[in-house]
Amino acid sequence: MIELRDVHKSFGENHVLRGVNLKVRKGESVVVIGGSGSGKSVLLKHIIGLLKPDRGSVIVGSTDLSQLDEEGLNEIRKRFGMLFQSSALFDSMTVWENVGFGLKRHTRLSDSEIKKIAIQKLGMVGLVGVEDLMPSELSGGMRKRVGLARAIAMEPEILLYDEPTTGLDPIMADAVNDLIIKMRETLHVTSVTITHDMKSAYKIADTIAMLYNGVIVASGPPGEIRNTPDPVVRQFIEGRAEGPIVLEGIIR
Amino acid sequence: MIIRFIEFIGAVMEKPAEGLGRFILLFCAVLKGMARPPFEARNIIRQMLEIGVNSLPVVLITAVFTGMVLALQGYTGFKRFGAEGLVGSVVALSMTRELGPVLSALIVTGRAGAAMAAELGTMRVTEQIDALETLATNPVKYLIVPRFLSGMVMLPALTVVTDIIGILGGYFVTVTLLGTSSKSYLRATWNFLQVQDIYVGLTKACFFGAAFTLISCYKGFYTRGGAEGVGRATTGAVVFSSMTILISDYFLSAWLF
Repeated sequence: MIELRDVHKSFGENHVLRGVNLKVRKGESVVVIGGSGSGKSVLLKHIIGLLKPDRGSVIVGSTDLSQLDEEGLNEIRKRFGMLFQSSALFDSMTVWENVGFGLKRHTRLSDSEIKKIAIQKLGMVGLVGVEDLMPSELSGGMRKRVGLARAIAMEPEILLYDEPTTGLDPIMADAVNDLIIKMRETLHVTSVTITHDMKSAYKIADTIAMLYNGVIVASGPPGEIRNTPDPVVRQFIEGRAEGPIVLEGIIR
Repeated sequence: MIIRFIEFIGAVMEKPAEGLGRFILLFCAVLKGMARPPFEARNIIRQMLEIGVNSLPVVLITAVFTGMVLALQGYTGFKRFGAEGLVGSVVALSMTRELGPVLSALIVTGRAGAAMAAELGTMRVTEQIDALETLATNPVKYLIVPRFLSGMVMLPALTVVTDIIGILGGYFVTVTLLGTSSKSYLRATWNFLQVQDIYVGLTKACFFGAAFTLISCYKGFYTRGGAEGVGRATTGAVVFSSMTILISDYFLSAWLF
């Protein structure tokens, strides 16, 4: 369904991705883990074509994204939904306008029909009676849910989650994990999640892949990753400061 | 030594050259966006209200007082050689050819240009622009084209208002306060004012409208680095737009008159 082949990306002197290879099968939930600044977000942005690789290719279905012009990219993006770390709700619009934004742009549905669908999607993520509020009136957890409702509004085949549990309290984080599982079960979507929250990774992943030094250093089912002897992965999943992973700019 | 000098020039010029290139690419993307549907009518109307209608009070106040002070200064100066009768002409020509377009452009830049840079900058740092792209929406077309078109249309419209109100301000001072006859003020206004003066003033306004919206949107669209970045983008938008307006005003005047 999604394949990254030898993807390289630099920003000035900073060589962030150094040959990433990753395969995501249809219906699979892949979680990419890695430290802050490891390039997880950069990787996710390549999958939806927000960034173009300097070298290598990103294949979605049978299409190489680098071969597409802007219109082609926009066509393929209609198959995606993305939940941003900061939710990225449009703050000049009400909640239902946010959720219905894609429908308004890409369908001929009337406003009342769009609002009805938006209310239904909001119901799916556990929000009732918030459709006429502005994003600034919502709590962090509610904003995440509205972001998720917006991501699923166009009934995408692929959902991308950028650190879905970051900034939430543990109970709300677990509720978001449950929502991600629910989306997969009810909508049968393929999903790629990036996170450094291991509890979340174990719960929602079919496959966990670890990004370190710009490459995927380990990949496998949660059980396998949990018991891996690889010292880099072990240090990360156990959350230890001591180990082979060098924390940039920190003297130990 | 020579190589070092060339390296130095290269190092100094690298960033401005990169910025200029990105600005030109953005301009091309805006032109391309204007040519293709959908035409974002709702966004254009919203921006026209923001740039044009909401700027009206401050533009009106500026125009009336500028017309008044022009008349007052003109009267004082011309009185010295007995040419008070020409005050109307000076006010009319100064307003239509120069002050109408330039003052409206500077005021709207301070108001709407700063707001544009801040809004787009905030949208950039909070990933709202990325979100637009993931929702298969071209952000240049959705956000910048409506602002650019509204600037090009509404600034000439505001300039017409500024011209009229400025001339009325001059009338008030010359006729009501200084006691010149109404007939002679109006005659002086109309006798020397040509259609070309108004047309050239409006052409300038159209250019200024395009310039300040494009610069402000550019600054906002490419904001980096959180709240501080948004602040920098906003300041940069106002400073660069104002400089561009004032510098291009001279060259446009030299070329058009």
